[in-house]
Parts: sequence; C-alpha cells; structure tokens
Amino acid sequence: MTTTRAPATSRRTTRDPAEVPAGLPRWAYVPAAAGGLFVLLPLVALGTRVDWAGYWSLVTSESSRAALALSLQTATTSTLLCLILGVPMALVLARGRFPGRDLLRSLVLVPLVLPPVVGGIALLSAFGRRGLLGESMEVLGLQVAFSTTAVVLAQSFVALPFLVVSLEGALRTAGERYDVVAASLGASPTTVLRRVTLPLVWPGLVSGTVLAFARALGEFGATITFAGSLQGVTRTLPLEVYLQRETDPDAAVALSLLLVAVAVAVIGLTHRRGASR
Amino acid sequence: MTAQPHRARATAALLAASAAVGLAGCSTDPGAETTVTVFAAASLTEAFEQIAHDFETAHDGVDVRLSLAGSSDLVAQIQQGAPADVVASADTASMDRLVADGLVGTPQDFATNSLEIAVPPGNPAGIASLEDLTDPDLHLVVCAPQVPCGAATTAVVSDSGLTLHPVSEEQSVTDVLHKVVVGEADAGIVYVTDVARAGPGVEGVSFPQAGAAVNTYPIAAVTQTDADTDHAALVQQFIDAVQGPEGQRLLADLGFVAP
Repeated sequence: MTTTRAPATSRRTTRDPAEVPAGLPRWAYVPAAAGGLFVLLPLVALGTRVDWAGYWSLVTSESSRAALALSLQTATTSTLLCLILGVPMALVLARGRFPGRDLLRSLVLVPLVLPPVVGGIALLSAFGRRGLLGESMEVLGLQVAFSTTAVVLAQSFVALPFLVVSLEGALRTAGERYDVVAASLGASPTTVLRRVTLPLVWPGLVSGTVLAFARALGEFGATITFAGSLQGVTRTLPLEVYLQRETDPDAAVALSLLLVAVAVAVIGLTHRRGASR
Repeated sequence: MTAQPHRARATAALLAASAAVGLAGCSTDPGAETTVTVFAAASLTEAFEQIAHDFETAHDGVDVRLSLAGSSDLVAQIQQGAPADVVASADTASMDRLVADGLVGTPQDFATNSLEIAVPPGNPAGIASLEDLTDPDLHLVVCAPQVPCGAATTAVVSDSGLTLHPVSEEQSVTDVLHKVVVGEADAGIVYVTDVARAGPGVEGVSFPQAGAAVNTYPIAAVTQTDADTDHAALVQQFIDAVQGPEGQRLLADLGFVAP
C-alpha cells in the first residue's frame, strides 16, 4: 500500500528522494518501527498458531461458510447504507451553514467513541420490540428483532461515523474554491457535486468506505447485544469466532485468520483502485 | 463493618493488590493480617460476597479476597500459578481438570443448580411448560450448545423428545437473560439462580424435565507449596463455612439447591 503511494508523492514534489526529508528526524524511525511491529507481531503470531493441515476443513465447515457469507452480505449492505446516508451527512456538515452545526457534528461522532455494547443497548431502546419505535414498527409488520436487518442496523450504526469523518475531513481540506468556480460557470449544485466536488475528494471517499466496511465486518458488541446469534441469520464471522473459542480453539484461530485475510484483501483492492483513479 | 467497604475491597483485590492494601488500611477492620484468597465461579458472586463478609466478621484479622470469573477462566488462572487458597467452580468438569493436575485437594460438592424458563414480567406469551416453548412463532432465546448452559439445555430438550426453534443461540446465560429482561425475547432458558438474581425484571417458570441436567458446584482447597498449618486450617474453616448451615441457607436463598 505504501509502495504504490510513494511514487505518486515524489512525482508531485520537487525534492530529491535521496535527501533526508525535512520534517522526518531519524529518531522517528525507532518508535515507528516499534509501532509497526506492535501491529504486525500479533497477526504473524496468529498465523503460527494455525493448524494448517486442517485449515481448509476448519474454514469450510457449514457453520464457518454460513458465517462468512452472512458477514460479507451484511457488511456490504451496511457499507451501501453508510454511503447513501453518510455522503450527504458529510456534505451538510462540511458545507452547510446553520446554527448548531458543530454540536451536530460532535453528536454524529458519538458511536465512534461509544463501546459497541452500549451502542447495542441504545439500538434496542430505539428499534427493539419495547423500544421507542418498536411498537409502531410492529404495527407496520416490521420486526427487526433477531433478524439480519438488525445486524445491518448494528453495523451501520457503528460504521457510519467512520465514513462521515473521513469524507468531511477531505471536503474541508479540498475547500470550496473549485465548487465556486464551477457554479459561476453555470453548473447546478448537483452537477458541481458530481463533476467537481466528489472527484476532488475521491481518495477520502474511498478510504472512508473501506474503513466503514472494515468496521462493519468486525462488528461484534452491538450485534450480539441487539441482534442475537443464530447461524445463517445473525451469527456473523466475529460472533462465530467468539463462540468457537469455547469448544474448538483451532477453529477460532483459523476463522480469525480468515477474517484478517478478508480485511487485508478489501483494503488492498480498494487502495489500488483508489490510487489508479 | 457494613457490606459496602467489604464489597469495595473485594473488587479492588481483583484489580490490583496494591489498591486492596490501600483500601484495607482505610476500612474499620482492625489490622487485617491473614488473607484467604477465594476463586469462585461468577454465578456464586452474591452468595460468596455474603459468606466472605460473615467469615471476616467471625474471624478477627482475616481478610477474604474474592476473585470471580467463569469456571474455565479460574481453572486456567490456577494452572498458570495464580495465588488461590480456595476454588469453587460451577461444574465438576472444571474442577476435575485441577484434580488431574494435582493442584487441589479432594473436592466436595456444596450446591446444585438447574435450568428454568425465564419470561418477561407478566408472562405475556403465557408460557407454562417446556412444551409451550416449541411454538415456532415464539421468540425463544437459549444458550449456544457450545457453552455450558447451552449444553444443559440441549441435554434437557433431547431427553424430553421436544424440538425448539430458538431465534437466537446466545454466547452466555447473561446474554439470554438480558434479551428477556429488555422484552426482546418472549422466553429464555437460564438457571434458577439467574432468575433469582434478576429480581423483578423476569419471572421464572420451572419445568419437571430440568432434572435431566443438574449442575453440581464443587469446592476445594488449592494445594500450597509452603506448609503453613495455621493458614491451611483457616482455609478449611472457610470451606466449612460454605458447607455449613449458614452458608447453605444463603445459597438456598439465591436459588441453589443442596447436593
């Protein structure tokens, strides 16, 4: 990921790449390397614990396949929901002019700092059978309790702020100069958004989407509190890992590695696509 | 001494020994010198806090430290050399592992626990028996078969020849209880003691088939490397207190049944 990015940066700057970067003291490499090790070592250690001989049968068992399929399906749906709601939210927060905007921004970010279990309890209070909207939803025939919809709601709730933060930051950094020019040339606000603003913040949008997907894929606390755990319906991969840990630690390790592989694949793919744009 | 400083001290003991020492100094207890460290299953929390409190009152200068966790975690901690004097687990299988490793003396059973149906207050779905739980439209929540309460549920259900259609198989008995307390589930299968512990949040519906899976709680002294006979006698006194009439009365109040 860093290797594909580095050439793009050096092309834009005039500094000789062989020179010591002005803002990078040498000592910074030591804690940076320690930090890198800290992140990588547990992942490598996880790999050493895997029972490779039985790996394939462990990750292709019926319950594992059901959990993986459910995780991919719900994380994708949640990410789409986050895009539909999050892009306009980021636009409103970055470009809108109305009183209380800063307060609103802080409130929208709350799920980011909230323990997921608390998020799950909050979702129950809103959408549960005895929740704020529960009764009116039951009248309409909508039941989210113990359904895959509940999983998507839980994942979207925790993932949305990631998309909004990334995109809002990109929008603020990009500024409104180009938007103003395009508008002065007669472009409607929607055209400006589509042809100028979004292409300008594309990397921010891509990384926000990846973060939201990754967060949705890893969601555990809110799901187990709000949606429950049933194979093929609500038991996503993280829940399956946690449950397998009770009886079959080998399977739990194998599934953990699968989850790591899926996460790395998603980040790798999107980054390459984002960089080539 | 009231229950409050004791409880605070017991919690602190779990967090850090230093914090416990600091708080013990502030308590009204005149100079706690001897410590009995008790590792107990989480479901014994209320019972053992009270037994420990009574034991401290009866034995001047003795401090009982409680470490409460899941039975399998307690076993793992003792196997790793955690400093425990007494261990009380929620199942015989966990204790058997410690016996096999030669880490504890002869265990003695001091309580049993069995399954019960938990329903929200007022029992809106009108559950009266295990057979009532077979309704596929019912929002029934149980423990996953991989965890102890789920294994017990599976044993009871297969023994009775019924088929359940749970909407969720939860990770732990507390997760099942929570779903019932908040009204998401119409019914859940938990332990009798969980219903007793939940207070007015849930109602219990007992069923005769529960006898097919009864959980037995054993207690044992952890084998010590240094032979301190005075301390060993004190440890045995604590075990006796749990098995004695007062301890048994406390346990019965919380839903446990004598073995």
